[in-house]
Amino acid sequence: MSTRLATGGRLLNKSKALNFSFNGTTLKGFEGDTLASALLANDQVLMGRSFKYHRPRGVVASGSEEPNGLVNLGEGGKFEPNQRVTTTELFDGLKAKSQNHWPSLEFDVGAVNAKLSRFMPAGFYYKMFIHPRSFWKHVYEPIIRHAAGLGAAPTERDADTYEHFYAFCDVLIVGGGIAGLQAAKAAAATGAKVILVEQTAHLGGRAPVDGGTVEGQSAADFITSTVAELEAMDSVTIRTRMMGSGVYDHGYVLGYERLTDHAPEMSGPRHRLWRIRAAQTITATGAIERPLSFAGNDIPGVMLASAIRDYAVNFGVSSGDRTVVVTNNDDAYRTAIALKHAGLDVPVILDARPAGTESDLMAQAKALGIRIMMGHGIASVKGGKRVTGVEVCAQAGEGAVLEEIACDAVAMSGGWSPVVHLWSHCGGKLMWDDTQASFRPDPNRPPLGDKGQAFVRAAGSANGEMTLSAILTDATACGAAAAKAAGFKEAAVKAPSADEPVERAMNPVWLMPQAAGYKLRSKAWLDYQNDVKVSDVQLAAQEGFTSVEHAKRYTTLGMATDQGKLSNINGLAILSDALNQPIPQTGTTTFRPPYTPISMGSIGGEARGDVFQPIRRTPMYDWHEANGADWEPVGQWRRPYAYVRDGETVHDAVMRETKNTRENLGLLDASTLGKLIVQGPDAGKFLDMLYTNMMSTLKVGKCRYGLMCSENGFLIDDGVVARVGENKFLCHTTTGGAETIHGHMEEWLQTEWWDWDVYVANVTEQYAQVAVVGPNARKALEALGGMDVSAEALGFMEWADGTLGGFDVRAYRISFSGELSYEIAVPASQGQAFWDALVKVGADLSAMPYGTECLHILRAEKGFIMIGDETDGTVIPQDLGLHWAISKKKEDFLGKRAQQREHMVSDERWKLVGLETVDGSTLPDGAYAVGEGTNANGQRNMIGRVTSSYHSPSLDRGIAMGLVLHGPSRMGEVITFPGTDGKDYQAKIVNAVFYDPEGEKQNV
Amino acid sequence: MSNLVSALDKATDHSGIAHIEEIGLQGMITLRGDLSAAAVKKAATTATGVKMPAQNMANHDGASGICWMSTDELLILRPYDTVADTLAKMHKALGETHGLAVDVSDARACLRVSGPNAREVMAKLAPVDLSTTGFTTGMFRRTRLAQVAAAFWMVDEQTFQIVCFRSNAQYVFDLLKVAAQAGSEVGYIK
Repeated sequence: MSTRLATGGRLLNKSKALNFSFNGTTLKGFEGDTLASALLANDQVLMGRSFKYHRPRGVVASGSEEPNGLVNLGEGGKFEPNQRVTTTELFDGLKAKSQNHWPSLEFDVGAVNAKLSRFMPAGFYYKMFIHPRSFWKHVYEPIIRHAAGLGAAPTERDADTYEHFYAFCDVLIVGGGIAGLQAAKAAAATGAKVILVEQTAHLGGRAPVDGGTVEGQSAADFITSTVAELEAMDSVTIRTRMMGSGVYDHGYVLGYERLTDHAPEMSGPRHRLWRIRAAQTITATGAIERPLSFAGNDIPGVMLASAIRDYAVNFGVSSGDRTVVVTNNDDAYRTAIALKHAGLDVPVILDARPAGTESDLMAQAKALGIRIMMGHGIASVKGGKRVTGVEVCAQAGEGAVLEEIACDAVAMSGGWSPVVHLWSHCGGKLMWDDTQASFRPDPNRPPLGDKGQAFVRAAGSANGEMTLSAILTDATACGAAAAKAAGFKEAAVKAPSADEPVERAMNPVWLMPQAAGYKLRSKAWLDYQNDVKVSDVQLAAQEGFTSVEHAKRYTTLGMATDQGKLSNINGLAILSDALNQPIPQTGTTTFRPPYTPISMGSIGGEARGDVFQPIRRTPMYDWHEANGADWEPVGQWRRPYAYVRDGETVHDAVMRETKNTRENLGLLDASTLGKLIVQGPDAGKFLDMLYTNMMSTLKVGKCRYGLMCSENGFLIDDGVVARVGENKFLCHTTTGGAETIHGHMEEWLQTEWWDWDVYVANVTEQYAQVAVVGPNARKALEALGGMDVSAEALGFMEWADGTLGGFDVRAYRISFSGELSYEIAVPASQGQAFWDALVKVGADLSAMPYGTECLHILRAEKGFIMIGDETDGTVIPQDLGLHWAISKKKEDFLGKRAQQREHMVSDERWKLVGLETVDGSTLPDGAYAVGEGTNANGQRNMIGRVTSSYHSPSLDRGIAMGLVLHGPSRMGEVITFPGTDGKDYQAKIVNAVFYDPEGEKQNV
Repeated sequence: MSNLVSALDKATDHSGIAHIEEIGLQGMITLRGDLSAAAVKKAATTATGVKMPAQNMANHDGASGICWMSTDELLILRPYDTVADTLAKMHKALGETHGLAVDVSDARACLRVSGPNAREVMAKLAPVDLSTTGFTTGMFRRTRLAQVAAAFWMVDEQTFQIVCFRSNAQYVFDLLKVAAQAGSEVGYIK
């Protein structure tokens, strides 16, 4: 059984016991435990079920590479699935549930899949569910979806908060092991600003567990003193519980800091995503031990040798009473020795290497009385939900069982692979190291920065240096080199000398035994989380998936949440063997950020709730809110769609507002309309190029409606231009166009007409603008008192400065409704006061505020187009019958030449017309009209579409505009619009001006 | 005039790890022109009484100041009620020189974040090196706060003044509140 030992546990605070629960059972652990160590201490070896075959699984590793130990963590707003037990620090009250099983962890129906595993080979889903095609959507996919997935999806809103943080430094070091610390020391000695991040809660990494001495001190003591030295330096920042998640171009690195996961009672954000700009980044990310591929290597109790050692030394936990060690290298002997020292039984070390030189560690193990079998390995592990023993065989053979040894844990080691992920994220290349049988960073092909300089360096075991002295030498040099590359003068930091046992070289072992038959290979797991076995990768190769990227996707090797940290190299080796080519020729799959999954919350940062998105508010926003505004998003603005009164529907409100504006007086907050000042001696010339019509001839005091096209001729914006001075124009844009048209103007001025004397300023928000619309509009302004707003003093399409009700205003006599209408601009700070004044005088004139939908109906009744409704980026002014606004005198304007292209002048272009339903109903917006016959795809031919459609209260019927093939020459024809509701709508083609075609109402 | 109301009417928040306030009306003028032209420089300096700032810098004297916005744009700061006079002065100084001076006081809002954690609160929202050596008084930065454009400078060692669009004032205020939430000290900027 696995249990808590009387001794050991250097990371524990045994004076502080913690309660937690697993699948509803209350268990005890200590402060300093991970959930993994605490579960093992309670003999909970079985932790979950595998993804495909629902095999019983226990923890394999002790760090972030763990593939099996995934749990649903927390409850309600704190619930999160797929949390690794090895990186979850224990806290009092932690609640965990195992996942991927039904009905229970101990008894799982899905495990029948395992019995069928020979019928579910690699590519099973692709092969099985391809036919019949129609079955996929309705039969196969729902079943597979039900069966698939690891953890449960959260059902409640995340109760935590998250944030981002921008940091800048000279040297960023990822990894707080002995290499990272030593590199930090070397870099900081130059005066460089250093950040060191460590994903766990502890600094020092593996060194305190693995032993050795540095400068006469134990590795642990050396780490303590180095940390103290670094902490005393102002230029050094050390953050634990922070993972270097990804390396990106230009020295940009994401750091994922887990602030309260270990102590949920703390206030403040749960995670902080650091967005770091580092001149140089050092990846001191260590190395990960590889599993060995033998039959039954996934049975709970089979673990990495280093993990078993970690649990014993760091957490005082035995993973089993009798542990068989199986290895191809010396390092696993450390586990055997550590277990022996802890008073546990190690019946045998199965060393796959042939007998030969005896190394220091071998001698130590032998001296402790441990039996060592050279040239041997495991044929098969016995047991189901727990290891009960191993069958021993010769590594060289096919797996004939020589002996069965009872045990309840297996410590395996297939050698070590440097963690090259962060080195590789931004293009760092790898080279194959034959002696260690691993990929390691190729220092000659690092990730390159903007000047072609290396901006990432690997240090220590992440760089493929596997002995303590080599690690310290490499890290010292790396830290110094990084600081130098960041522009600092070298400071002489000597690499400390280290003492450690001399190790015998490892022997690569990719399959155990070497010539294992199909039966054994089909039980030898490569990828635990996605249930990929040796036989699956071999089958993929046999079926022609020779590219590593294809084989990965076909078998799903390395595609689970652990991204193949344990499985990749072993899988590559099997694939290479099957393809009969060396491993470097097969290559690796691509390493992509994040290193381990990071929370969605941290990516979103502060952007949730009230600040999910910026909401732009006009000066009168609060008034609208208090007066029943039903909000409509218009870009980032919120505009009232309608002001809904008690007992009204939104539609009722829109009808009321429209009717009232036509009959009495409507007030519209038009502040969001873009306002751009264009000024300079060349301003007129500039606007002549931007607008399709002539602006330079406009007189001061006058307004003109204009259209703006892209250089491809398409209509992009429209609005009223007022000439406010000899060299000064104020261009109104649409609400959504204010920023883009400003940018459009700047672009042409900066890149094409840089020698024209024109400056543009966006003054959209300087003004609150109110449209005063309707037969009583003039009376309202007169009631405010001040400037002369009579027809004689302020004619249609004129503007004047003056005062109204004591406010300094600019009044524009313009109309987007067909009514007598003024738009009054006042400084934004007085917007609310001015609005209040209008509402006050409007009370006697039946004034009502109106929203955007009423605005739309008023303009549609008049046949005025709306950018975004009648236009969609493919429409030119000629399509909309706006020839009158396109100058024929001007030599050029943006879009002019494009509008002469063959396709643009084609008679086949759909043209704007009015549409009247035969029965008075309202056409569905966006509906298409169908014509005769079908197209090449057998679909009905389309001859037009609805661009705007409303119920007009003035006419008490539906009105619409649309673009129709040969529309203007088909007046009176009835065409058919099939609706998505199954009904056919019949509409007559009519003139688009439905209301007051003579324009008498606005000219009063 | 009593009916003048700034974007957030001087709202404050002191619930978190930094003080946040909207500071009311501040006169602001956009001046565009050739910044090396004598008339443009004169328009800026005589209007404010401070010297021309270098690139990415700002010079201040109380509510007056000049902020470097781009190679051909300055932001002129003046007390709100003196903007009309200042503009007149600037136009006079510009004379026939091509330039554009326009009142943007009401198009913007000004907020302040202050306290020992002010730098870190800002560093959660702006991609700017806000370390004590990276950003000092006298510097001026046009950047973004989370999802909106903003500019800021430091009034003193613990106080930022932010200029954002008026319509975004509430968003920026709310953002700062989130960034300054209790318990969110980073402990990085020393």
